[in-house]
Order: sequence, then C-alpha cells, then structure tokens
Amino acid sequence: MSNPIPAEARAAPRVSPLYDPRIRAAAYQILLLLAVGLAAWAAVGNAAENLRNARVASGFGFLGNTAGFDVNQTLIPFAAANSTYGTAFLVGLTNTLMVAVIGIVLATLLGFTVGVARLSPNWIVARLAGVYVETLRNIPLLLQLLFWYVAVLASLPAARDSYAFGSSVFLNQRGLYVPRPMLAADAWAIPAAFGLGLAAALAFAARARREQARSGRRLPVWSVGIGLVAGLPLAAWGVLALSGAAPLSFEVPVKGTFNLRGGMQLYPEFVALVLGLTVYTAAFIAEVVRSGIQAVSRGQSEAARALGLKPGPTLRLVVIPQAMRVIVPPLTSQYLNLTKNSSLAVAIGYPDLVQVFMGTVLNQTGQAVEVVAITMAVYLTISLLTAFVMNVYNRRVALVER
Amino acid sequence: MTAGPQTLPLSFVRRDAVPPAPAPALVSGPLAWLRANLFSSPGNAALTLIALAIVVLVAPPLLRFLVVDAVWSGQNRDACRPEVVGHPVGACWAFVADKINYFVYGSYPIEERWRPNVFFALMALGVGWLLWLDAPRRDLGAAYFFVAFPVASFVLLSGVPALGLAKVPTSLWGGMLVTLVVSLVGIVASLPLGILLALGRRSRLPIVRLFCVIFIEFWRGVPLITVLFMANVMLPLFLPGDVSVDRLVRPLVGIALFSAAYMAEVVRGGLQAIPRGQAEGAMSLGLSPWHRMRLVILPQALRIVIPGIVNSFISLFKDTSLVSIVGIFDFIRTIESARVDPAWAAPTVVMTGYAFAALFYFVFCFGMSRYALFVERRLASGQKR
Amino acid sequence: MRKTVAALALGLGASLLAGAAQAQATLTSIKQKGYIACGSNPGLAGFGVPDAQGRWAGLDVDFCRALSAAIFNDAGKVRFIPLSAKDRFTALQSGEVDILSRNTTWSMSRDTTLGLDFPAINFYDGQGFMVKKKLGVTSAKQLEGASVCTQQGTTTELNLADYFRANKLKYEVVAFASADETFKAYDSGRCDAFTTDASGLYAERLRASAPDDNIVLPEIISKEPLGPAVRQGDAQWSDVVRWTHYAMLNAEEAGITQGNADQMLKTSDNPDVKRILGTEGKYGADLGLTGDWAYRIIKLVGNYGEVFEKNVGQGSPLKIQRGLNALWSKGGLQYGPPIR
Repeated sequence: MSNPIPAEARAAPRVSPLYDPRIRAAAYQILLLLAVGLAAWAAVGNAAENLRNARVASGFGFLGNTAGFDVNQTLIPFAAANSTYGTAFLVGLTNTLMVAVIGIVLATLLGFTVGVARLSPNWIVARLAGVYVETLRNIPLLLQLLFWYVAVLASLPAARDSYAFGSSVFLNQRGLYVPRPMLAADAWAIPAAFGLGLAAALAFAARARREQARSGRRLPVWSVGIGLVAGLPLAAWGVLALSGAAPLSFEVPVKGTFNLRGGMQLYPEFVALVLGLTVYTAAFIAEVVRSGIQAVSRGQSEAARALGLKPGPTLRLVVIPQAMRVIVPPLTSQYLNLTKNSSLAVAIGYPDLVQVFMGTVLNQTGQAVEVVAITMAVYLTISLLTAFVMNVYNRRVALVER
Repeated sequence: MTAGPQTLPLSFVRRDAVPPAPAPALVSGPLAWLRANLFSSPGNAALTLIALAIVVLVAPPLLRFLVVDAVWSGQNRDACRPEVVGHPVGACWAFVADKINYFVYGSYPIEERWRPNVFFALMALGVGWLLWLDAPRRDLGAAYFFVAFPVASFVLLSGVPALGLAKVPTSLWGGMLVTLVVSLVGIVASLPLGILLALGRRSRLPIVRLFCVIFIEFWRGVPLITVLFMANVMLPLFLPGDVSVDRLVRPLVGIALFSAAYMAEVVRGGLQAIPRGQAEGAMSLGLSPWHRMRLVILPQALRIVIPGIVNSFISLFKDTSLVSIVGIFDFIRTIESARVDPAWAAPTVVMTGYAFAALFYFVFCFGMSRYALFVERRLASGQKR
Repeated sequence: MRKTVAALALGLGASLLAGAAQAQATLTSIKQKGYIACGSNPGLAGFGVPDAQGRWAGLDVDFCRALSAAIFNDAGKVRFIPLSAKDRFTALQSGEVDILSRNTTWSMSRDTTLGLDFPAINFYDGQGFMVKKKLGVTSAKQLEGASVCTQQGTTTELNLADYFRANKLKYEVVAFASADETFKAYDSGRCDAFTTDASGLYAERLRASAPDDNIVLPEIISKEPLGPAVRQGDAQWSDVVRWTHYAMLNAEEAGITQGNADQMLKTSDNPDVKRILGTEGKYGADLGLTGDWAYRIIKLVGNYGEVFEKNVGQGSPLKIQRGLNALWSKGGLQYGPPIR
C-alpha cells in the first residue's frame, strides 16, 4: 500500500516539445483558429467580390424603402403605399410569434391529454392515443400541412354557399368568419374588472393555502375564484348596460359581392398552419408526457393510493409535479421545434417571417445576404431566449427536489 | 408502557372486521376483461363510449375512401370522376399507378432507370448489413456504407462517360430517388461530422469546445427551411465567382451541416453515459487518448446511441421533404406537380396523392422507429445481470 | 481532434485553390464547357415547359435554342434549369445559369440594383385578371372586396397593389411561392381572381380543371416587357443575346423562314438577306461568332414569327394574337435594328 514513489518518476518527465500535451493543446487550438479564420476570411472575401461583380446593392438601407406590396394578414398596420420593408419584417415576425404562441398553447393541451390517455387503464382509450401518436409522428409535417390546406380546406363550400352557424358565424373556403367584438369608449371597465377579479382570486387562493397549512381546513378555492374572475366583469357590464351605454357590440359578417365583409376572419392558411402544427407537435408532446409520467416510480402513486387519494388528485398532486421535472427539458425543445416549424408556412402561403421577409422582400430587393442573416438571427434569438427562460424555470423546479 | 391500544383515542383506526365481500362473479374471460378495462367506473365507461364514437366516425369513412370506393385502374381522369363512373369515388389509385414511375424516378431517362434500381438494391444491402445486429463483419458493413456505397452511387447515378455510363444531370433526378439520396447523404455525412463535433464539445481545449458549441447551437437554433434558403442563395456567394455548385448539392450541404449538429447532441448523450471508470481504466492500461477513444469509449457510446441515431435519422428522413420548397424535385414535389396535371383533374386525386405519400413516409418511419425500440430493449436486457 | 483540423485544412485549401482561378467572359466559358445553362420557367405552357420525358418546349426555351444554334450550330446544346420566380435572380447572379430566359419583366430597379442586364424584349405583355365565369364579373373595376391570388416576388404583386390603390378598391391578396400553388389555389376556389401576365393567364387557363369556366378580364393594368436577362458587365454576351433576338426579327421581316433559308442563301440578291445570312460582310465574327450565325438560328430554330406561332400563337393551344408583338411594319412593337 505504501510503496514509495521513486524520485525520478516524481520529477517532471523530460519529453520532447512535440509530445508535450500542453504545447500540443495550444498548437491544435491555434491551428483551429487559423483554419476557421482563414475559411471565414475566404468566404467573406469571395462574397464581397461576387456581390461587387454582380453589382447588387448592399447594406441595410433597404429596410427603409417603401414596400409596395400587400399582405393579407397583419397584426400591425401595413399598407403597400407607405409601409417600408422594415414594417414588412415586423408583420412577418408578429405573425410568426402569433402562430407559435397559439400553437404552443393548443399543442400543450392536446399533447397532455393524449399523453395521459396513452397511460389510461381504459384499453380502447390507450390504444386510440397510441395510434394517434404513431401515425402523426411518422408523417412529415409538410405533408400534413398540405393535407390540411389543400385537401381539407379546399373541400369547404365557396364563399357564396358558406356553411352558416346561426346568422353570424360562417365557414367557407376563405376561412372562418365570426363576429368582431367592438368595444365602446368606456368598455375599459370590463377588462379592468377582469384583472381585478383575477388578482382577488389569486390572493384568495394564497390565503386558502395558508389556511389549509395552518388548520387543515380547505376553503372553496375554485368556486370563489371562478365567481370573482367571471362575476366582476359581468357586474361591470351590467352596470354599464344599465347606465345606457352598450359596452360591447358585435360587427356581424355580411355577404358582399365576393366575400363576406366585416366581422373577424380566420384565414384558411392560418387555420391550416395552426391545425397542422398543433396536431403534429401534440404527438411529440404526448410522448414526452408519457415518458415523464412513467419516470415517476410506481411506489409514489401506490403510496398516494394508500393515503386514500383518489386517482385524480393522485395524478394532480403527486405524479405530475414530479413528472414535470422530467418533462420540462424535452418539452422546451418541442416548443422550439414548433416555433421553428412554423416557418413551413411558406409552403401554404401564410405570411410568416420566412414567407414575407425571406420570400417577398428578398425577391423584391435581391439583397439575399442581409435578408437571410436577419431572418436567421431572429430565429436564433427566439431559440436562445426560450432556452434561457426554460432553464430558469427548470432550475426552480429542480430545486424542489429533496 | 402504560398506553395500550385501548387508551389511544384514534377514531380513524377501525376496530371491527370488514364484512367479507362476495367473490367476484367473473375474474377471467372476455367479459371480465371488458369490465376491468373498459367499464370499471361510470367515468371510464363514458370515456370508452367517446373513444368508440371517434373510431366509428373515423375508421369506416377512411376505409371506404382508401379501399371500398377506390378506383384501381384507369387511363385518365374519367376513371375517377363520379359523374362519369356513376358511383361515389374514393381514392384514385389509378392516378398513382399511372404516375408511379414519375414518383419513383422523376424525369430520370427511361433507358437509364436500371441505374436507380441498382442504387436502391445497393442501399438495401448496406442498410440491412448495418441494422442487422448479428450480421457478419459489421465493420466491413460500415466501411461499405460510409465509403464504398456513396462513391458507387455517385458514379452510378450521375454517370461517368469513361465507364460507359452517360451523364444524367441532377435536374432530371426526382421523386423517391431524390428523397432517398438526400436522406442518405444526410446520414452518411452527418454521423462522422456529428461524432467529431460531440468529441470537440467534450474536449478540454477551450477554443475547440467553444467552436463546437457555437457550431452546434447555431444549427440547432434555426429552422431547416432557412438553412436551405441560405444554402441555395448564399453558398454560391461564398465560393469564388466561377465555381458553381449543383442545385441538388446545395441543399445537401445545408442538410448535412444541420443534421450533423443534431447528431452531435445524440452522440454526446452516449459519451456522457459511459462511466468515468472506463476512461480511467483505459488510461491505467497506458492507452493513448486516441486509442482510448477509438477502442474503449466510442464503441460503447455508439452502441448505446443506436436508437438515438435511428430516431434522428427518422426526423432527417421526414425533413428531407422540405427540399421541395427550394425547388428540388423530391417525392413530395413530384406529387405536387402531378396533381396539377389536367389529364388527371378529378376531385379525389389530390387526397390520393397525399395518402400515397403519407403511406410511403409512414412505412419507412414507423419501421425505423420499431427497429429503434427493438434495439433499445435488446440493449436494456444486455445491461441486466 | 487531429481529424477536425485536417478536415478543415483540406476544405480551406480547396477553397483557396478554387479562388485562384480567374473569372472569364460568358461566351468563352460557354464555348469551353460546350453548352448554355439556360434558366427557364419550371412550367408555363407556351413559354417554357418540360414534358414527361424532360423535353422542353416554349418561346423562351426556343430563344436559348437559338443562342445554342448561333454558337454551336446545334440547337440542342442547352441545359435547361427550371427556376421559380424566387430563385431566378440569385441563380443568374451566382453564375449558375448563363442566361435567364423565363418571361422576366424588365424594370428599372431590376436593371440597376439587381445587377442584371436586359438585352432585348421578346414578348410585350401586360398584367391581367382571370375570374370564374359564374361570378358575372366583366371588368376588373368590379373586383371590389375580392380575394386575388398572385405569385410572390414578382412585379405582378406590386402592380396589383398599385392598381387597387389607384382605383380605391379594397381587396385581399393571397401570395404563394410558386406559380403552381398560386394557380391551384385559384382553381380550387381560394381566390376570386388570379392575376399574372396576360400570356400567363392564357397558358394557365389550359390547366384549369374546367378551362371554359374561366374568363380573362379585358383590363391590362401594367406594362410587362418580358425578355431574357443576363449578368451586368459582360457586353459581348449581352450583344450576342440582343442580336440573336434581332436576327430572328430581321429574318421574319425579310421573309426568311426555316423552310426557305437554304434556298434564300443560294438565290437571293437582296442585300439585307445576304447580310443576315452572312454571305455579305462579317458581322458574325465581330460578335465573336461565325459568319453564318443568323443562318444557323433560322435554319435550326426559325424566325421570330415562326417561333411565336408555333409556341404561343395559332399553332399552339394558347392562340395568342400577335398584337403588340407583331413586327413594327405590321403595327406592332417588335423592331429589329438593321444588321449592317
């Protein structure tokens, strides 16, 4: 055990510099730096020369030029006459973000439902969920989008023979038309009441939790909460309506020469994209949820049963909080995937960032390098930001551990 | 000592025995199974009914469309028009039958189509060799798949006049041929590159690590479609003016880099799963870092990540459909362009084309995912002692 | 690790080596490689469309064939590279194609900021609308509130916005990346109207599931001078392209056709004809071609009128009138400067 180390072995061995690990490490890194630097230099040099030869304009000045084309679905005001390419970029970006957010919410709901259903003791429910996951995961998203857009929506009736639901909701090839809520001037009171109700409900829930921890008594959190959140805005509405000012009116879509006019229109491109992204991503989220739940050891739910918890609360209070730790990291990457996949909008004509900016703007200006660089930078930023936020959340969830 | 069970006021402790319940009427047989699995509680029964309703709503129309009402033969659109044939028409398989050569080969010259056929056979051989875990000489198989096969395929498909194979420009390639070529190039290029990147990311040299992290995170942070646009538009700019890159090669470069980044993360997972003891053991045997990696760590790590590699190949295979957006005539694109043929303008042609494409992708991807599952189980059972 | 470095070094070496090569004149490089890389429309009947065997046909396609005839004395030394509206300019700028011959509109910004040159106009066109007959629309002015399908990245998209703004009409634009998608969306009912160049309207109408249910509205809302485009800065190649078109025009004007070219070559005393066919003067050599360059074009491809009628005119399903594309002597705009 206590073999003395010979003195000559303890002294630093004499090696030729060629085999010295430190020198080698430095040499490798310098070589890599040189190689990368040279490659970058060659690429940039070539690009500059090629652009000069091609006499293509360069720089980011084009963002201030008038666009001259129209976009059909915009969240921010956009008009061909006076909006710039920069505004077109923002239109694309906001459309991308809107699709991503709506898609993430819907895909999460559907994905958790299917994931839990897959583990259901009910044989047929579990099988159905299994078929859903296996089918949709294994068919390319692009094909699914084309299916929804070209095959499903195109089989809807023409604008003149719309399906009507009641007298104010219409469905046809041009999309889904619903009444547009028009708020009166003092209607701000309603959202304000809603916010107040939400805050009060949250405060009550916190109090209830303290109360339960102290005395074991449970307060009716849900009924009070719903009463506050729904009741306050309704009360505000009632007061406004009584005072004579109709706080909320609806602009109902009516048939015009070609399309329905007025109301709120959900375009078929948007519907197809959200549907496709949701249904596809939900299949992956379901798998994430399933493996997360399965990662919670059986003993946990058995112990909960032994304590007398019903299956619902067992899932809600014991299994899911523990499963979340396993679920969150892959769930994050599914959210990112959905956001990135929303760029497939270009295949079905939804004006997202790639379609508007990398498509139309790139073509009208010809400034490929700038446009591609901006677009990639945007997605990279979204990815890194999401990853960062999710990491923070992840750390908080992980801290609960033991 | 003094406190016996009688004195403690535990009201929730039951003192008398539960009366015996009658024996269950059925514990085995189909009825018992039904009751246990489908109707164990009112809520469960409701779920069962909802699920059944979904099945009834979806399955019969699907079956009717795909099989019962389908048209199996015909020369043109008249075969698939309900007003001509006089009964409701489901899938128009006659359309697929008529266009199948286009779907498989694109516009590849008819007299040269034996070449893609040989390519398909060579590919089946290589894939089979690699995926069959007990196959003889799998090292040779890897060499075949990653070196000999790509070279042979290139010679075969694009043609070398000196060998008597006429040149076939890539603009004529199309259909499943292109889809398979793109996915194969993706996997053949991305696996070695991915391993290098994964090793680099775990390297102790800060600059190497930084470079690999940036590379990996960049490609993983952007959508593939922007990568393809970039490859299409910017790659020619970065090269000297008179070097022009083939239209098919550009997306290939993009896909290779993109999937290499994902592959690197898969391989890194495998490397991290190898216990430190393995490296230390190898070190104590006096192996050099290079030998340590090649003989001890990588063989074990790669074995663990076979399912991961197959899974990322599945997503790569699905993602190849995006090349259709940048104007490459892959399988999806041939379907898209066949469906606008006026000679086949019938109501269900579009659906039929998509159903056929879905079937094609599903068979490949589902098969591969089952394979990944099988390997995973087998590895897991190998780990048990 | 060593491998990473080696691979990088290799890649770098290759790119440096390639960088040392000199860029050269387009005509020289075409002669060297033995074919013309011609960017064509991926599928527009009458202008550039491949059949199932990959054989191309169309007015723009025949223009590339004429170039090939003039350079190689063989109309077949062309490689057609189908380019969508989105890809076309980058393909030309990057040198992937030698010429863009795919109904591209000549506009000032394209000429000045995209680094392009438009040597000639081989089809005078204008943008129009197609609608379904059953809508009962007879004029574009009645399109208030309509949905219009168009292809993105085209001048069409811009003209559309201008037209509706100028006429104070509301509309909804639905833009797609490719011509196929755009027309299919219109055909399946996504839009009330489909807009593109009038020639394109007639060509696409043939692909509709029921062509006779669609009508083209009378309004032409823009000028669309369509022609081949080349990279800026290569005057010689620009000249070859320009004079190929003019040779075809002059041939039509002088009455030289594919059928009678040989006979004209032998018998004609008309100095104009002799100069075109190269029996007088050495105009071809000054262009970097042979003396019989125009004769080859006419013999192997035909004069402008023949090519027009065969692809888009009365000899084709499109049946487009000559109209603006008649020779100047017949009331049109096609005017070939003299070869002398």
